[in-house]
Amino acid sequence: MARPATDLAGRATARRRRRLAPLVPYALLAPALLVLAAILGFPLYRLVSLSFQEYGLKELFAGHGTWIGLENYREIFGDSFFWTVVARTVVFAAVCVALTMGLGTLVALLLRNLGRTMRVLVTAGLVAAWAMPTLTAIAIWQWLFDFEFGVVNWLLTKLGVAGYEQHNWFDQPLQGFAVIVVVVVWAALPFVAITLHAGLTQVPAELEEAARVDGAGPWQVFRHITFPVLKPVFLILATLSTIWDFKVFTQIWVLLNQRPSREYFLLGIWSYSESFGVTRYGKGSAIAVVMVLLLLALTFFYVRQMLKAVGP
Amino acid sequence: MTRRRLTRVGYNAAAALVLLVTLFPIYWMVATGFKRGVDILSFEPRWLPIPGTLENYRSAIGKPHFLQDARNSLVVVLVTVLVSLALAFLAALAAARFRFRGRAALVVMLIVVQMVPLEALIIPIYLMLDGAGQTDQLAGIVVTYLTFVLPFSIWTLRGFIVNIPEELEEAAMVDGCTRAGAFRRILFPLVAPGLVATAVFSFILVWNDYLIAFVLLRSPEKQTLGIWLASFTTNHGTEWGGVMAGSTLFAIPAVIFFLLVQRRVVSGLTAGAVKG
Repeated sequence: MARPATDLAGRATARRRRRLAPLVPYALLAPALLVLAAILGFPLYRLVSLSFQEYGLKELFAGHGTWIGLENYREIFGDSFFWTVVARTVVFAAVCVALTMGLGTLVALLLRNLGRTMRVLVTAGLVAAWAMPTLTAIAIWQWLFDFEFGVVNWLLTKLGVAGYEQHNWFDQPLQGFAVIVVVVVWAALPFVAITLHAGLTQVPAELEEAARVDGAGPWQVFRHITFPVLKPVFLILATLSTIWDFKVFTQIWVLLNQRPSREYFLLGIWSYSESFGVTRYGKGSAIAVVMVLLLLALTFFYVRQMLKAVGP
Repeated sequence: MTRRRLTRVGYNAAAALVLLVTLFPIYWMVATGFKRGVDILSFEPRWLPIPGTLENYRSAIGKPHFLQDARNSLVVVLVTVLVSLALAFLAALAAARFRFRGRAALVVMLIVVQMVPLEALIIPIYLMLDGAGQTDQLAGIVVTYLTFVLPFSIWTLRGFIVNIPEELEEAAMVDGCTRAGAFRRILFPLVAPGLVATAVFSFILVWNDYLIAFVLLRSPEKQTLGIWLASFTTNHGTEWGGVMAGSTLFAIPAVIFFLLVQRRVVSGLTAGAVKG
């Protein structure tokens, strides 16, 4: 008598389990999604709604903004400074990405052509630079480019380049940005070089050899054999770099002693300074929204690629 | 023969240049940290920190609030990483191992969300925390860090779980294991290294932050080490020895953790993306 009873009970639990089974993934997701909705979803909504509001000191004390429709957007689109900053941000990101990817590819190819000892050494150097926190990298380069006792000015003077004794690199925005690019690229290059070098191991050596035997030059081999294999990894790295370089903030902010002049404004810095510098949170939010949309447009390809890879 | 020799020399010269560019700045930081003031402020660089001194380290550590800020950093990082790891593991399990309605939407959301720069979200987050009286509070900053650490952790962990063959769990279930038992006995031990790697990535992300701590934390006794470090780089032209000693100290935890998982960074960031 006892056996059928447990059997029945067992079947009942089994049935209950089957009925509840489809809910398991949702139960697993619920805590993370709830937290994300609160800390990410809601702020995103707030960002967009703030961009349609006047939100200054007065509103900050009152605790709510005044709806002004598209006024913030009209103001920034009508301001020629906006277009300067957009162009500057895009050019800055493009230069950083191009240098990172170009030099990264060269270093990756170099790694493949080195003997074992040299390869291990160079990889170790890259990993060391990669491991440096951003703030440390900034401090290091600030010291290297110091106007009085910096090694860079000393080296340029030694090499006979005139005008670099006691030279302040941040007097001229173009030179200042050159330093910022150096800091960004120095920190980003190792990841790109090492990842591409890992990708290069996928390139069949016989194919390259065959092309060489058929009389292809090094550039042709790279262009027609090596690069097509690397392409997926290359594109992902380029997009990641675009995302990172488009929103550069800390490097500029700290290198310029937390007081960058308007010549150094990129979208992120401008949005920050409108919001927290002159307490116009509404306008700052509108700039931030523009920045997010530009970034999404620039990385559209990446998102599509990822979705294809993940599958239905 | 000579031509090949020449190429070899060329490659090695290029390698030496790469080594110089990557390592010299780091060497220069460490060396400057151990130099005497007169040797730092010398128009002709002194290449070696001889005679050395620990004075710069003493002055960096002796700066007001160093210990306090180090403790704040540690607390903030640990709490953020643990909370996000727990939440992310469950969510990643669902995203990697279950078929359910809305799964595709979830994956899209996880990718898109990582494109939204925190530099943009900091405005509403600041206003929200300000309204709730949580600016200048470590709890507020932990919540803010979660906004980027959590999606990143879910995504990375999902990559690690996807790469573990599902057949292993199926075999365990054929042998009479329940689904939960299969997760616990088969999947969990296999994904443990992935959990460690994700925790370390998250640690580095949070350790590296400047912007959020700068916006949210005002009083010096509540700040984190990043702000402590940046605050004395601003005294232009002065005390490079202290700055370099502080930068070295700041880098040490990040470097140690980074070296532990560096090999996984490449596979984590790209393989997870490509293989899916």
